[in-house]
Amino acid sequence: MIQLISLLVENKPGALMRITGLLSSRGYNIESLTVARTLDPTLSRMTIVVDVDPNLRSQVIKQMNKLINVLQATDFTETPSVAREMALLRVRATMETRTAILKESEIFGARVVDSSVEGFAIEATGAPEKLDEFIDVMRSYGEIEVTRSGLIAVSLEAKRLRLSPPIPTATTTAGREPARAGSRPAAPAPGPSRSRDARAPASPQRSEQRTSQTETE
Amino acid sequence: MANLMSGARMLLECLAREGVDCFFGYPGGVTIPLYDAVYDHHIRHILVRHEENAAFAASGFARSTGRVGVCCATSGPGATNLVTGLTDSMMDSIPIVAITGQVHSKLIGSDAFQEADTFGITRSCTKHNYLVKDIAELPQVVHEAFYIAASGRPGPVLVDITKDVFQGQAHYAPVSSIHLPGYKVNTEGHTGQIRRAAQMIWDAERPLVYAGGGIVSAGAAPELLELVELVDLPVVCTLMGLGGLSGSHPNFISMPGMHGSYASNMAMTGCDLMIAVGVRFDDRVTGRLSAFAPHAKVIHIDIDPAEIGKNRAPDLPIVGDAKRVLGRVVKVLADLESEMAVRNTEGRKAWWRQIRAWKEEHPLKPALSVDEIKPQHVMFEVDRISNGEAIVASDVGQHQMWTAQFVRFNHPRRWLTSGGLGSMGFGVPAAMGAQVANPGQLVFALVGDGGFQMSLPELSTIAANKLPVKIVILNNGYLGMVRQWQELFFNDRKSAVQLECFPDAEKLAAAYGIAGRTIERPEDLRPALEAAVREPGPYLLNVRVSPYENVYPMVPAGAAINEMVLAPPTPVAVPE
Repeated sequence: MIQLISLLVENKPGALMRITGLLSSRGYNIESLTVARTLDPTLSRMTIVVDVDPNLRSQVIKQMNKLINVLQATDFTETPSVAREMALLRVRATMETRTAILKESEIFGARVVDSSVEGFAIEATGAPEKLDEFIDVMRSYGEIEVTRSGLIAVSLEAKRLRLSPPIPTATTTAGREPARAGSRPAAPAPGPSRSRDARAPASPQRSEQRTSQTETE
Repeated sequence: MANLMSGARMLLECLAREGVDCFFGYPGGVTIPLYDAVYDHHIRHILVRHEENAAFAASGFARSTGRVGVCCATSGPGATNLVTGLTDSMMDSIPIVAITGQVHSKLIGSDAFQEADTFGITRSCTKHNYLVKDIAELPQVVHEAFYIAASGRPGPVLVDITKDVFQGQAHYAPVSSIHLPGYKVNTEGHTGQIRRAAQMIWDAERPLVYAGGGIVSAGAAPELLELVELVDLPVVCTLMGLGGLSGSHPNFISMPGMHGSYASNMAMTGCDLMIAVGVRFDDRVTGRLSAFAPHAKVIHIDIDPAEIGKNRAPDLPIVGDAKRVLGRVVKVLADLESEMAVRNTEGRKAWWRQIRAWKEEHPLKPALSVDEIKPQHVMFEVDRISNGEAIVASDVGQHQMWTAQFVRFNHPRRWLTSGGLGSMGFGVPAAMGAQVANPGQLVFALVGDGGFQMSLPELSTIAANKLPVKIVILNNGYLGMVRQWQELFFNDRKSAVQLECFPDAEKLAAAYGIAGRTIERPEDLRPALEAAVREPGPYLLNVRVSPYENVYPMVPAGAAINEMVLAPPTPVAVPE
């Protein structure tokens, strides 16, 4: 089954590799993937379409959320969202078919972006199924070449973006004593076990709550 | 300008701020500038004999203390040799930080000498990894690496540092905070879910705690003990969870799963409430998943949301730190005690009677013989000496399962084993790391003759650092676990499992300047082990055990865990 995932990702080296690597190592098949910068140049938005067993859908999202560079992973498959794809076609047109091709393009809301004696370059956007139809129609006029962008999507609901606040680092001075791994905050640690608690980020209530600019603007 | 320093020195300062007092490594071309800084720094460096063992030693250090273990390797082959150790720590959620050198940033991508794409290679075997090409980023990255390794579900983090960063000079200002906006750890657990969990526990007639490595890594053993004693719950501990509840505690049944005890597996199958804490419903525990715990409602407590519902959909999920969540569950249980404890008392008593009956029906009993040393006999004697207190590192295979079956661990962090990855060659270097971290402790490395020979070079490290590790080789001359499967499932065609020409252990030990002995008579076992423990330095005890012993009970692959094979099948005559 097709799953539509939207990711907000820190624009760091290797971020794309982590995401595609995770998908392939867990055995999920990528149908399409698009990436581009958001309004905040330190972040990228990715839209990924994967072919996955419906039972594994939430697992995919959870695994994505575990990646340190992923700020938010959202399943758009069943939430209100708009998804579009773009296709660029080069269509060979004879003198006899030129008018018909233009007419068909108009019906599908596609635009001619280049015209030559050999034919046209046409740009079409829409839902993937609509593009499939358009491409089928164009093929009936002869040889074509197609490049598709893969799906991009935007949510119709404003989504709160929950981010973790900064964490203070160790206050111990270098080499003063063999401090425990988790002695960062002042809290006394009676055993190694406390280390994780002491260093855990603040509770969700104290987390930064902000609506991503990239989401609302 | 007092704080102008090299990147190498800066790295060591950051390690010191993280409380690192020793690390395991092996130098090479691009890390020479780093080792120049190590030369006169107070952090102790332990020179191993192979990088893989640096990672295993760091893992042994981390497993036995709960602190982050650190290992270091050079670019190219050094870094690729770490991969097995990193994957091992990834599978078992062990916090380690690996530092690797990388070629000069201007040479990256040019197929330079000893260049490898360490960042790409280690993507899938680390919790997170970094490539540092700018000295300005170095302190920040090192502190992030330690934080990521130790917090949440722990794991390995690798920091790949180019040669020019080690060599470069910059002003060092200690980093006061790090910011990882996308790294979310939920420790507390949902209050409503915790309340419901407490109710389900009081309501259950046949409850069972299924405790895993998460108990150990969260330091939740005291909370688990409180929970178990408050409600008188029976407990099974997974391979990774052994010691989470004391092996001597009356409520501890034993390990469940493929080589778990009859009582554990029957209790798993028969329970009506499974309180799963810090576990991942691994295939070696569940057997055929569709037949696993068919009557049970499942409460699943785990810090990693992705574990919840991955293999078994729980009736009540709680995402949180095992220590915090169990502590809160105990509180609610205590509040409800007066009102609810009287429920199901009869049912619970019957459940305990049933469990005891299962235990008596097919107890885990070591096979003993007067003619030859049975491997289980070794475990029995090690257990007698340890009495639940020693640190025991194992390798992987038959002896690992026998250790898990017969050696008790009365505390967490005493049992070091490569559980998820099952990597041979783990035992000796892990014991080495644990001994470095726990100088006064008795540390055993119980290894097979196969795994021992994979980690053989570390005898040199052990001798050089005078680490009093007691290496006990269960020498059956075979890759026992593979042979067992060949016997049972491949018509006894023993293919490539016989390990001939094992060296003379006494001479081998003597060559490294350490004490050693080979024994093969059962009556020698106890005195030889006691002598090994009395020896102030390291000891290599080679025990020739019966070559054809197999591990039982055994759940065949694909079977349900109550479909155990309890004893060896009657021998079938094989036509010549």
